[in-house]
Parts: sequence; structure tokens; C-alpha cells
Amino acid sequence: MTELTDLGIAAIRDGVRTGAFSAREVADAFIVRVSQAKALNAFLVETPDHAIAAADAADAARAAGQALKPLAGVPIGMKDLFCTKGVPATAASHILEGFTPTYESTVSANLWAAGAGMLGKLNMDQFAMGSSNETSYFGNVISPWRRSGGDNAALAPGGSSGGSSAAIAARLCPGATGTDTGGSIRQPAAFTGISGIKPTYGRCSRWGTIAFASSLDQAGPMARDVRDCAIMLEAMAGFDPKDSTSLDLAVPEWEAGLNPSLAGKRIGIPREYRVDGMPEEIEALWQQGIAWLKDAGAEIVEVSLPHTKYALPAYYIIAPAEASSNLARYDGVRYGQRDLPAGAGLQDMYAATRAAGFGDEVKRRIMIGTYVLSAGFYDAYFTQASKVRTLIARDFERAWESCELLLTPTAPSAAFALGEKQADPLAMYLNDVFTVPASLAGLPAMSVPGGLDKSGLPLGLQIIGRPLDEQGVLNAALAIEQRAGFSARPEAWW
Amino acid sequence: MSIDIATVKKVASLARIAITEEQAERLAPELANIVGWIEQLGEVDTSSVQPMTAVIPNHLRLRDDVVTDGGVRDQVLANAPVAEHGFFAVPKVIE
Repeated sequence: MTELTDLGIAAIRDGVRTGAFSAREVADAFIVRVSQAKALNAFLVETPDHAIAAADAADAARAAGQALKPLAGVPIGMKDLFCTKGVPATAASHILEGFTPTYESTVSANLWAAGAGMLGKLNMDQFAMGSSNETSYFGNVISPWRRSGGDNAALAPGGSSGGSSAAIAARLCPGATGTDTGGSIRQPAAFTGISGIKPTYGRCSRWGTIAFASSLDQAGPMARDVRDCAIMLEAMAGFDPKDSTSLDLAVPEWEAGLNPSLAGKRIGIPREYRVDGMPEEIEALWQQGIAWLKDAGAEIVEVSLPHTKYALPAYYIIAPAEASSNLARYDGVRYGQRDLPAGAGLQDMYAATRAAGFGDEVKRRIMIGTYVLSAGFYDAYFTQASKVRTLIARDFERAWESCELLLTPTAPSAAFALGEKQADPLAMYLNDVFTVPASLAGLPAMSVPGGLDKSGLPLGLQIIGRPLDEQGVLNAALAIEQRAGFSARPEAWW
Repeated sequence: MSIDIATVKKVASLARIAITEEQAERLAPELANIVGWIEQLGEVDTSSVQPMTAVIPNHLRLRDDVVTDGGVRDQVLANAPVAEHGFFAVPKVIE
């Protein structure tokens, strides 16, 4: 029999429903895997009791002949950016050490209401700032993937949702929550050979999710395939009056709507995404993706998104600016760590607490944000970036006149080695070149595995859709998934 | 404008982050490099463009002006590094 930990969300849900195995057996199997995978450093907190309680509830419901909830018997991982009641949450920072939320985020509450259980809180880049999971205060997450040919260099699992991507790729959980501000679901999914979707901004409530850049932050699911993402997104999404930007719309039945036929669909290839220095393998995969979509019945059209090159610099004004405001709340007064030098006054306490509590990348972004918002510079930087953001969104609107979806690579390279890009913050930022534009425009976008590079590492393709067209995005991703036949998995060394 | 050490110290002070002289010296070229890169936005003609305020068209909702939450003082204080007599406690600010 297949190992239970090799099953995805749909297979676990269906197996629990039919009684092929019990939810408790599934939970126990994953709990063991999590406890044996410390070398990956994917989990910050393990919560086996939570997973077991949810599993027992699912088994009891089945025994009593009740209809099972959508995620009954499915244990998942929770990115540490989500507050879950009574379980420490740090956003992988030192400054929030000791913080135990007394409330539940809307997204996690929705998942528990759907019957899911929690295996633990997942490591990430500190406050979701990073693309390699190297900014966590609690150490790097190590990707379960290694290059072929005996190269045992530790690789980045992507970021910021690197604990989520590593845990899913290593079969420590069948699915996990992620959050995406500039690519933090899609890039780690691409690096680890899994799927992940960032829905339209406003689909998932931000309430109870530790804030990074509020106009960009959006939660979404990460899992091993497209169907599993659809199932999990249905449970996570929904209107929430506690989030002022939550969309007051019914949640579509994305799983039921899955359809890999793209007949009559026009899919755009943005010519500006052909960047200098992009590895040939990425270009080749992109061409392969085009062929797969044609095979599924789609018509391919070339489109232009002329302001693409300005998306990254605009993002690195807007996101740090919002972060500098959001992270002002960490003051050593209300939660987390306090650093009070002898004889210090209140202002000195703030400064010492924040100096000791934030990592280098977080400080860097807070300072950039403070600088671009400061008197005399606000218009030149923040207002100008907000105007460029309008132009970027307008580019997409023009593209939608000739197509329904866009196909691009997810990232400009396969996973790089830990430490490889750490010395130069700018080199790290450039990793998000293909994911940031959709974030700035609030569009749904998904990464799906397309194949392996010559070192045996996964590469991802990205589908970007119109606002609210998660179904179109999922369907095109499914068409690619069926043709890519991606079945590679990392060999267990941990 | 390039970012010098004095600017770094001013920004750090505005951001309430204590930094040492050495850190300021290290951060100045690093931040100058990043800011130099984002300054390429200046070449975009935005004279007829409005800044984006909402990424997905959405209207701000109104709700009834009634109390919907509260009465959870102990929960609010539960994570404070120092709380006394039902209040957050900080170093003395007024002599």
C-alpha cells in the first residue's frame, strides 16, 4: 500500500470518507514524519495534539454517520505568519518571541471549521521579508532537494514561505498555508516542485495574519497539485467583515469547476518577461509550456506589458513603506521582547528593543520605508511608485483585451544555494522579477511544476489571471500539470 | 540624492532603531545602492496618472455604530512584557 504521507489532500479526504484508512492513522503518520525531519528546520512549533484532535473529530463524525467536512482528516502546516490561538507566533522574528496569540486568524479559523488539523507552525523569512528563507531568526530552512551528481550543497527552499514549501516537498504535510506579498507563495513552490496559488487580493482575509505590506499581502494554499490547491483555497477564502479590504463575494466551487480543456482560451505571452541573462533552460521550459497550452486547445498571443521593468523598483518602495508603518507596532510595550538598557527612557527603550529584535533585512526594509516616506522625499518616491503601480495595473488591463490568461516562468532560475545571494540584497530582490507585477496589480497567479533543470532541480511555470478568475488560472495550471507529468521528488536524506 | 552616514542616522532615529557608528557606516553604501536602483522610477512619465489607492475596485463598507468587541483587557495585556494594575507599564516618561 502507498504510504499515507505520499497522499495529497484530495486522496486523504476521499480515503477518510470511504474508510480506506482513518484520519487518526493519517495524522499519526505525518506527525512521525515531522518529528524525524528536524534537519530541514521547516517547523518552528510542532502541534501534534491539534492534528490528533481534528483527526479524532473526523473519525468520530464518520463513525456517527455524519457528513464529513470538506477537509475532515487532512492535517496541514501553518505558516508562522498566521496567529493561531494559544500557539506561539513569531513570524520567525526575535522581537515576537514569547508572543502567544489569544485569538485565531480568520484564515486558520476557516480551515479548522472545514475540519483540517494543524501539524505545526512553519518557518519562514522573518516577517515574510526574503526570497530564500535565510532571514529567519530561527535558522535557515533547508530544501529537501539537492543537485544531482553528488553535490550536497544546501539549497534554498525559496521564500518567504520556505518552511511551507520544504515541508510539502518532503512529504511532512500534504498542504500548507502560505502568504504572498511579492511572490512568497509562487517562488518557493517553483523551487521545490510543488503548486501554489496567490488568489485575487481580498479573497482571503488578512485578519490575524501578521502584517508586512497590507496593500499586497494575500494568503493562499501550497500543495502538491492543482486540485489540492483548489480544495484548500475554497476553505481559506471568504468574506470577512474584520478586514476592510476583504471582498464581499461568494466563494466559487473551484474544485468542481476544474477543467483542463482550454479550447477557446487565448493565453498571452508577455514579451517583456524575456529578461537578460535568463538561463536557457528557463526559456526552453517557457516554450514547452506554450506547447502544452496549445495542446490543451488554447490560442497563444504575444502581448506587451511595457512597464514590467519598473515593477520591482516600485515594489521595493511600496512594500518597505508599508512595512515601516506596520512594524512600528513592535515597540516593546504590547507584546514580544523588551530591551531596557540601565537608566534608559521610553525612546531609548523603543530603539534598543527594535535594534535587538529585528534582523538585518527587516531593519534594512524599515529604514528604506522610513526614508521614502520622510518629509521632502514622499512625492518623489512613494507617490511616484504608486503612480507607476497604476501604470502596471493598466498594462495588465490592456493585455486582457487580447487574452484571458498569461503564461510566464515563475522565477528566473532554479533554487540557488544558501548563502549564494546573501551578500547582495539587490541580487536577492531580482528573484521576484516575474512574480511582483501580478502582486502590484492584485491579480490571481499560480506556480505549477514544469520540469527539472540539468541539475535535477524543479522549475515552475506561472499562470496569471484577471481579477477574480482563479478558476481560469487553476484550469490552465491543471492543463500544464497533466502534460508535464511532474513526478520527481527529493530523495530523503534528512 | 545619495545616502550618507548622517542620513542613515537620521532615518534610524525616525524608525526608532538604535545603530552604532560602524553599523551606520556599513548601511550607508548598502542603502545608497538600493535607493539608487529604485530611483530609475523617476524616468517614467506619470504626469497624467493618479496614484493607485485600491488594487481591486472595492468600496469601503459602513457598519452600524455599535460595540462589537471589547471587554478583553486581560487578553490584551496577556502578551505585554510588563503589565501592572491592568495597564501596560513603561519606563517613567514624566518626572
